[in-house]
Amino acid sequence: MLRIILTRCLWAIPTLIVVSFISFVIIQLPPGDYVTAYVAELRRGGEYLTDTQVELMRQDFGLRDPILWQYARWITKILLHGDFGQSFHYNAPVSSLIWDRLGLTLLLSTISLVFTWGIAIPIGVYSATRQYSVVDYVVTIFGFVGKGIPEFLLALILMWVGFSWLNMDVGGLMSPEFDTAPWSIAKALNVLEHVWIPIVVLATSGAAGLIRVMRANMLDELGKPYVETAYAQGFSERQVVWNYPVRVALNPFISTVGWALPALFSGDVITAVVLNLPTTGPLLLQALKMQDMYLAGGFILILSTFTVVGTLLSDILLAWSDPRVRLG
Amino acid sequence: MPPIPMANDMTNFPPERLLDLRDLAVTFATAEGPVRAVQGVSYHVNRGEVLGVVGESGSGKSVTVRAIMRLLARNATDTGTIRFAPDGEPLTLSGQPRDSKLMRSLRGNRIGMIFQEPMTALSPVHSIGTQIARTVLLHRGGSKSAARDRAAELLARVQLPNPGEMLDRYPHQLSGGMRQRAMIALALACDPALLIADEPTTALDVTTEAQILDLLRGLQKDLGMAIVFITHNFGVVADIADRVAVMYLGQVVETGSVDDIFYAPGHPYTKALLGSIPRLGAAKRHRLQTIQGMVPDPYHIPKGCPFHTRCDHVRPGLCDVTAPPVFSPRPGQEVRCHLTGGAA
Repeated sequence: MLRIILTRCLWAIPTLIVVSFISFVIIQLPPGDYVTAYVAELRRGGEYLTDTQVELMRQDFGLRDPILWQYARWITKILLHGDFGQSFHYNAPVSSLIWDRLGLTLLLSTISLVFTWGIAIPIGVYSATRQYSVVDYVVTIFGFVGKGIPEFLLALILMWVGFSWLNMDVGGLMSPEFDTAPWSIAKALNVLEHVWIPIVVLATSGAAGLIRVMRANMLDELGKPYVETAYAQGFSERQVVWNYPVRVALNPFISTVGWALPALFSGDVITAVVLNLPTTGPLLLQALKMQDMYLAGGFILILSTFTVVGTLLSDILLAWSDPRVRLG
Repeated sequence: MPPIPMANDMTNFPPERLLDLRDLAVTFATAEGPVRAVQGVSYHVNRGEVLGVVGESGSGKSVTVRAIMRLLARNATDTGTIRFAPDGEPLTLSGQPRDSKLMRSLRGNRIGMIFQEPMTALSPVHSIGTQIARTVLLHRGGSKSAARDRAAELLARVQLPNPGEMLDRYPHQLSGGMRQRAMIALALACDPALLIADEPTTALDVTTEAQILDLLRGLQKDLGMAIVFITHNFGVVADIADRVAVMYLGQVVETGSVDDIFYAPGHPYTKALLGSIPRLGAAKRHRLQTIQGMVPDPYHIPKGCPFHTRCDHVRPGLCDVTAPPVFSPRPGQEVRCHLTGGAA
């Protein structure tokens, strides 16, 4: 077990180096750079910059240096000082921009993830053990509908329902008057009033897919002889189902649980934009549109790191839960 | 089906008897119509006795024991009487629902069961020791360490090397024969009065099969338990059974002691099966006998005697019309055939 953890950790290091370099290169790939976007924006506002000024700006930002040199400068600052550089667009440190929005993002994604798993696994198990029952059909229909409706559409529908039928103030995470107010019970209630829509939206599509997967995994396992052996030992149906086939059926989940980590960090971008949520997703979109390279690069780097770390966690969890992986 | 005269009446349950089936019938509801997998099976097992149940695939031998265990599939319905007397008074198992308290207290405790597929019949994510200890804890309680000690003792009993080390092994680390030994240890966890072995050696190679049979014979002698041994292999039956029940298309066509079955078979099906076993040293130019035709499909079971479509001695107008009565050529042997009964 220790050896597996150690080798997996060692493998993560070169992966991270390659990933960080590739993410830096990718954000440089689109034609033009931040200065091009910036000049275009100024021009729309009626201001003009001379070519010399533009060139000076490029040199100022270090955009004329060779890419390897830029990469080295960027990554050393991150590693040594935790400094992700400066966002050109917001003229603020990247780390503080991300940090400001991270708390809410994590809160929202964690709650919806807990909801998704908490709903999907029991329902999937029930649906499989009562295959072709009324409940199973209802769940199946919910699964297909939930998976079929795009998240942004569901978000729009819920906003419309909340606004025109329930007379609620929807969109965002709280009403504008609470934006700068200190935390109070009224503010917390107001947040609760807003937060249900994103949670329902995120949990619905997540749970719908997960129920289908859990049901299919369980149906595979329930027919296997070891389940009959467990019944033949005298265990009750609940003891058999939860101690044996569920244990095995969860393994495919465990092997993908790590992917939840980057998803927690970025949140769902489209839903967040539609609902005007102050999470990290819309910030990333904005950074990419403006070619705000250090902000976008910082984002992608953190996302990729989370992916690598998440996969590492999955591997370790899987080895812990499945002896066939651990002992090969 | 007309009433069939029985050798034993319904209330007769002698003290030496452990398990008694009367007129067990199992029907599966399928999309293509009902499948009558078992139709009127009666057999009994005495304490400390080994009953071999022989038959082709689809003869209903596995379904019968699942009815005893009350572990039939959800689309199955069954009628008939199943009585089991592990400690004194007989308990009526027939009619017990799958998840009943009585059945759960018997399974794994007074009735142990081993299965055909040692590769997949043990949980892949629990160690051998955990699986056995869980059964011990369920029925006997006590501490975890005591249950673990019991598991080690059982593993030693089934002659696995280094039982202490085996406790922490997982099924995928063991060979087929070792897994079947672990499976037997699991079935014996609480000293059952009855062990049901559903083709336990079919998936094993011949050498391992012989070792497992040896082991089962030894354990049976030491522990004094009764065994229902299901197989399609007459050679295995000769090796281990005291009495034999031959099944064909959901019916027991003949029962008797091993010697009677082998040396004085009464039913044409039994004779045909015995004739189709290859023998070393038999006359060289003889072709191996076969049984003509195929097993009829379970949706269209023939009228009268189910075997008449393949029987060499079929009497038209008799065998394909009325179900044969049970005839007893000698004490302890029962044959369900018109011809043996002297109807012709």
